[in-house]
Amino acid sequence: MNNSAAGTSSGSGDVSAPRRNSNRPKYSRFTQQELPACKPILTPRWVISVFTLIGVIFIPIGIAALRASTNVVEIVKRYDADCIPGNNTKAYKVAYIQDKNIDKTCNITLRVPKDMDPPIYVYYQLDNFYQNHRRYVKSRNDAQLKDRGKANDTSGCDPEDASNGSPIVPCGLIAWSLFNDTYNFSIGNQNLTVNKRGISWKSDRDHKFGNDVFPRNFQNGTLIGGASLDENTPLSQQEDLIVWMRTAALPTFRKSYGKIEQNLRENDTITVTIKNNYNTYSFSGKKKLVLSTSSWLGGKNDFIGITYLTIGGLCFFLAIAFTGVYLVKPRKLGDPSYLSWNRNPSGR
Amino acid sequence: MVGDGLTISREEEEEEEERSLAPLPSSGRHHRRKSSASAASRDGFPNPAHVRHLSRTETERLASSQRELADSNSRIVFIGDPGGSDPRFEIPRNSIRTAKYSPITFLPRNLFEQFRRLSYIYFLAIVILNQLPQLAVFGRGASALPLAFVLLVTAVKDAYEDWRRHRSDRIENNRAASVLDPQSGRFLSKRWKEARVGEVLKVLANESIPCDMVLLATSDPTGVAYIQTINLDGESNLKTRYAKQETMARPPGEDHPVDSAGVIRCEQPNRNIYGFLGNMEVDGKRVSLGPANIILRGCELKNTAWVIGVAVYTGSETKVMLNSSGAPSKRSRLETRMNRETLLLSAILIALCSVVAICNGIWLGNHSDDLELAQFFRKRDYSDGDDKKYNYSGIGTQVFFAFLMSVIVFQIMIPISLYISMELVRLGQAYFMVRDANLYDESSNSRFQCRALNINEDLGQIKYVFSDKTGTLTENKMEFQCASIRGVDYSGGRVSSRDNGEAHYILAAGKHILKPKMSVKTDPELVRLLKNKGDTEQGKRAREFFLALACCNTIVPLVVDTSDPKQKLIDYQGESPDEQALAYAAASYGFVLIERTSGHIIIDILGNRQRYDVLGLHEFDSDRKRMSVIVCGPDKTINLFVKGADNSMFGIIQNKVDLSMIDATKANLHAYSSLGLRTLVVGMRELSRKEFEEWQSAYENANTSLMGRGKLLRAVASNVERELHILGASGIEDKLQEGVPEAIESMRQAGIKVWVLTGDKQETAISIGFSCKLLTEAMTQIVINCNSEESCRNKLQDAVAMYRKFAVISPDPFENALTGTGSTKVSMALIIDGISLVYILKTKLEEELFKVATACDVVLCCRVAPLQKAGIVSLIKSRTEDMTLAIGDGANDVSMIQTADVGIGISGQEGRQAVMASDFAMGQFRFLVPLLLVHGHWNYQRMAYMILYNFYRNAVFVFILFWYVLYTAYTLTTAITEWSTVLYSIVYTALPTIVVGVLDKDLSRKTLMKYPQLYRSGQRDERYNLKLFTLTMMDAVWQSVATFYIPYLAYRQSTVDGSSLGDLWILAVVILVNIHLATDVFRWYWITHVAVWGCIVATLICVIIIDCIWTLPGYWAIFKIMGTGLFWLCLLGVIVAGMLPHFSVKALKEYLMPSDIQIAREMDKFRRMNAATMEIQMNRFSTLQL
Repeated sequence: MNNSAAGTSSGSGDVSAPRRNSNRPKYSRFTQQELPACKPILTPRWVISVFTLIGVIFIPIGIAALRASTNVVEIVKRYDADCIPGNNTKAYKVAYIQDKNIDKTCNITLRVPKDMDPPIYVYYQLDNFYQNHRRYVKSRNDAQLKDRGKANDTSGCDPEDASNGSPIVPCGLIAWSLFNDTYNFSIGNQNLTVNKRGISWKSDRDHKFGNDVFPRNFQNGTLIGGASLDENTPLSQQEDLIVWMRTAALPTFRKSYGKIEQNLRENDTITVTIKNNYNTYSFSGKKKLVLSTSSWLGGKNDFIGITYLTIGGLCFFLAIAFTGVYLVKPRKLGDPSYLSWNRNPSGR
Repeated sequence: MVGDGLTISREEEEEEEERSLAPLPSSGRHHRRKSSASAASRDGFPNPAHVRHLSRTETERLASSQRELADSNSRIVFIGDPGGSDPRFEIPRNSIRTAKYSPITFLPRNLFEQFRRLSYIYFLAIVILNQLPQLAVFGRGASALPLAFVLLVTAVKDAYEDWRRHRSDRIENNRAASVLDPQSGRFLSKRWKEARVGEVLKVLANESIPCDMVLLATSDPTGVAYIQTINLDGESNLKTRYAKQETMARPPGEDHPVDSAGVIRCEQPNRNIYGFLGNMEVDGKRVSLGPANIILRGCELKNTAWVIGVAVYTGSETKVMLNSSGAPSKRSRLETRMNRETLLLSAILIALCSVVAICNGIWLGNHSDDLELAQFFRKRDYSDGDDKKYNYSGIGTQVFFAFLMSVIVFQIMIPISLYISMELVRLGQAYFMVRDANLYDESSNSRFQCRALNINEDLGQIKYVFSDKTGTLTENKMEFQCASIRGVDYSGGRVSSRDNGEAHYILAAGKHILKPKMSVKTDPELVRLLKNKGDTEQGKRAREFFLALACCNTIVPLVVDTSDPKQKLIDYQGESPDEQALAYAAASYGFVLIERTSGHIIIDILGNRQRYDVLGLHEFDSDRKRMSVIVCGPDKTINLFVKGADNSMFGIIQNKVDLSMIDATKANLHAYSSLGLRTLVVGMRELSRKEFEEWQSAYENANTSLMGRGKLLRAVASNVERELHILGASGIEDKLQEGVPEAIESMRQAGIKVWVLTGDKQETAISIGFSCKLLTEAMTQIVINCNSEESCRNKLQDAVAMYRKFAVISPDPFENALTGTGSTKVSMALIIDGISLVYILKTKLEEELFKVATACDVVLCCRVAPLQKAGIVSLIKSRTEDMTLAIGDGANDVSMIQTADVGIGISGQEGRQAVMASDFAMGQFRFLVPLLLVHGHWNYQRMAYMILYNFYRNAVFVFILFWYVLYTAYTLTTAITEWSTVLYSIVYTALPTIVVGVLDKDLSRKTLMKYPQLYRSGQRDERYNLKLFTLTMMDAVWQSVATFYIPYLAYRQSTVDGSSLGDLWILAVVILVNIHLATDVFRWYWITHVAVWGCIVATLICVIIIDCIWTLPGYWAIFKIMGTGLFWLCLLGVIVAGMLPHFSVKALKEYLMPSDIQIAREMDKFRRMNAATMEIQMNRFSTLQL
């Protein structure tokens, strides 16, 4: 385009012999921009049908979601404050939790509000724990977890990359801060077994954590962040770790602890023996124990049902409102008298 | 760039012509307005500021060179001795290089050029920031990807273009030239690139000239050579060049050893293609050289068997290479507007970053005690035994880092892909404009040309069209119509039938029959008068009149073979179509110019061949506005023939002649120009011996003087051109181009004001105005043609008073002019001439003129000089926001074309200067209508939507990131993977906007052509303004809220991991913005479907691929989350909730407050149903409009 001014070099071909062959553009529907096309227009009929259709779809879904959510039975018990004797200052709590010599066993009781059918999921919930904190999420090394030969590969793991001169497996803040409270459930004298197998993702067990990678030099540092790991169990079987290392999206999150595979009757009283080891006191985090059944929608959450009902209702309302508008102010579509230059101000 | 260059070279041209020694004209363009192309500055007309500035510096340079060629400043060329040529300067060989890059320099140079864009620097800075360990938000590869992608695409495009240039350079450099070998004295074949300054070259007929050469000899015994300069300036007429008689006698070659040859002293290389200054020493004699003695690279030799010349400028120093530069670069209105919004977005970006940084600081401050031990923060690093802080250096620094990091994370708030998308879209739009069969001109076989690629969308917002007349509104094919001789009007030819005067004079020349190529309709009475040998006064005058037409010109007759071997045609080659028309007219009346050499012409007068010696010729110039020739006829009488514009001619007539004849001639002239004819007055005077000798010595003196040659020659001319007998006047018709009245009517309806700027007389201009429906009888004409500032002021004040009067009746004349709906509207037309403009444009009256002119529907400026045209354009441009478009075809329109926002060149009769300076070029004026109304409208609508959409879609994404950051302790974590973040704007959502930007049409071509009023939406900035931007941004905020918070609330207190939620968010936002686009698409082609839905599928595939990489934390997350019902409910909820406001507002607005375009769309769609009623409606409205 810009070298035609040079003339001699490029322009000569087409300028000096203008009539030798025609420059007429070849006709095609594409080049003339005449491809067949669909021209949708928001006619009143369309608008009303769209809104009605959304309403018709959304309201049943909303009702179903709400029902599913109400059918879920959920027991949530905060225990971080209860498991420290007395009502003390933060400093005391931190000192208490850090003291290795104190037995931190703590008993709480839960009342089952409604019959719960198995599987009943046991979660622990942490509030205010920023698993999505930038310096936290990055502090891991996935190669090391998968491959036995890459134990020395601790890049990105600092400050928990090495201890006493040798690399830590699994390295990084995430693994280091593994949650280490434990729960034992019993109804009356009868123990409730908690099945801790299968709480992590199969894909993680199979592909992300090696079955020949064993914890090494873990929690040997000055500061203990959380649980220790059994050095004889490969990482692929350390399900608590696998669950923990799928970092949560939000600062309030639940993690699977296990499953109870038996019925709980209404008004049963469950005694939970907690080993309250995990330090959330230093940053005022809360710890909660959650028992919950599940539905097709997951756990107890009315939000999605309410949202769907709201949207559906709104759409019905809009459908009616638009019908009203169309009736009150009818306008013939494509009527040229509405064109601005035809709407004569002086009404001639 | 070309623009500036052309202005300069035009300036120079004039100066150089003045100094020309050429005995015969080389570039006089008679009676055309363009011949005064650069006269304006001398006339003291105000120039637009930038032109003035450039020309001043250039004039200074010229002033210095106007002195005698100083040795230090000249190039010395030894003829036939390349080695001996001027050792002081390094002279390149004849190889050329238009390619910008070499393989080695490509990378650095190309990158350098790309980074001249400010936005790229911004993105580069962000990439660099990201490389700092404390700030590494993204992985190194991911962060550089978008910029690298954009740079790569551009680089590949540049490389391809450069490769093509390399290829054409190579072909060009390896062409064969025959060069004189000094040893053997024979011409040997050499490649072009090997030719050197000083070498003697031989060029044969129809060959291209390899470098700029001074002619030494030609095959013609008189030393004439004809060249075609079509590649240089696009003019297809043959030009004559001359070898000096001194060298003609013994050309270097076999017979003459080279060592006896001379030395040429000439200017240093410059870009003035119409000028050359030098002298040559041959055998101790000094001969001066002018532009007529040089042939330039890029020209072709025609009608001359061979020429021999010596190379003086080679390769990059040739004038054609010095003149080659790209199309001017302009910036579109939309892009300028876009910058404002970009600044707004930057402000939003900074605000977001500040919020994050400040919150980060507050959070750190509130939790400063907690963070020592918090597992997720770990302020202290104990691993090495010593107690140091891990990655923490005080709140202040952390806040600063947080700010920078948030700039990195939120960077795509300024859409990097927008710039590349815009370029691609413009490329696509240009493709469709070039391919449009409606913009193809059959007669010149030329397609539409997009020379500037970055102002496509400006075509949709034009408010003022400034049009040249000749060659733009008219065809510039001149036809002699009538003559007035001695005050008697002979216009019988106009009405008589075609074959009446057909080929009266066929001349036997040997065994051939010679016939002029074109014949004009003759007036039978005049023919009788001429044939009648009776020596009536009228008959004598008539013959002198046609003799004057036949000899007072610079036409070169060429004999052309025809299919019939016995018949040959005489083709009149000349630079002025008027002269051609006059010469053909003279031929039809029996005065056939047969031959022209440097010293004489041969005219066949009614069957007798007669030789006239041309003793002198005064070229046309814009001061005198006439040309004259002094010939010595067979009867040895010496006659001066003059032809020129009427006002210049009537000033120099003999006072004694009867006034009634003059008055009758004037009346005839008035009648001709009222018919729209171009008029010329012809006069003559017989020179006495004494007078002739006086003139001759003065002429010789002037010609050989080294300083101020042009001025002296002008003085000589003025001195001799006096006391003329008026022979008569001619009327030449310039036909209107096809479809001009319709086009003007369409543009008027579209709210475009058409101003015609012409060099013609007022009467001619007005009559053309009527014939092209620019003026109508209903209009009130305001005519301003004054000779003093005072009278101009009075006239203007009257005009202001007049429009005020109308304004009282119809409240707002501006508004009415805009919409054309004024109920009691009286349309006004302003007709103003160049002299009045001189008084107005340089004074305070400019403001008044602006007021009057904008209140008028039509403005006709006649008798205006080229720079005045630019002055008028900038009068409007500097005072309004409205877009201006200038259209013209000649060199005199170049300044106007470059001044206007959009410049359009007509690739017609007048060569390519206008085309070279233009942004777009096309074959016909009427193409302006489809170009503006259809393509301009589409381009504007598409580009406006694309920009808004790009802003919107990136803002939605950034806001989603921002909301998430609020829940990560303000640490700039993204749930969405960094790869998705990077790919979002360049892959996930890029293609649909480009496809829609290239293909979408809000209205069909038919509707847009039928209702030109629809064009006004662009003039009103309806598709892109701050209000729309604000609304779109509000929509973006809402959609980001819906996209973020519905999943957030649904997954609150659940076991969901970051990656899964991130996948949900990215899918939701991509689907949402694509659906948003889908609701705004006007026309769904299969390509649109593929692009929109394909992009969603592509996104899904990309997300799946990313989640299949086991080293990333999000491994398998997409499969996990897609297996849950909540995911799908969230997705559906996000899309519906996100789209609800947009959809409802759109439906409501389209129904309750339909824009014209909306109604026209409905008409488009429901045309069949409404066809009947609409016709009736339209009839009613069309009558109302009048």
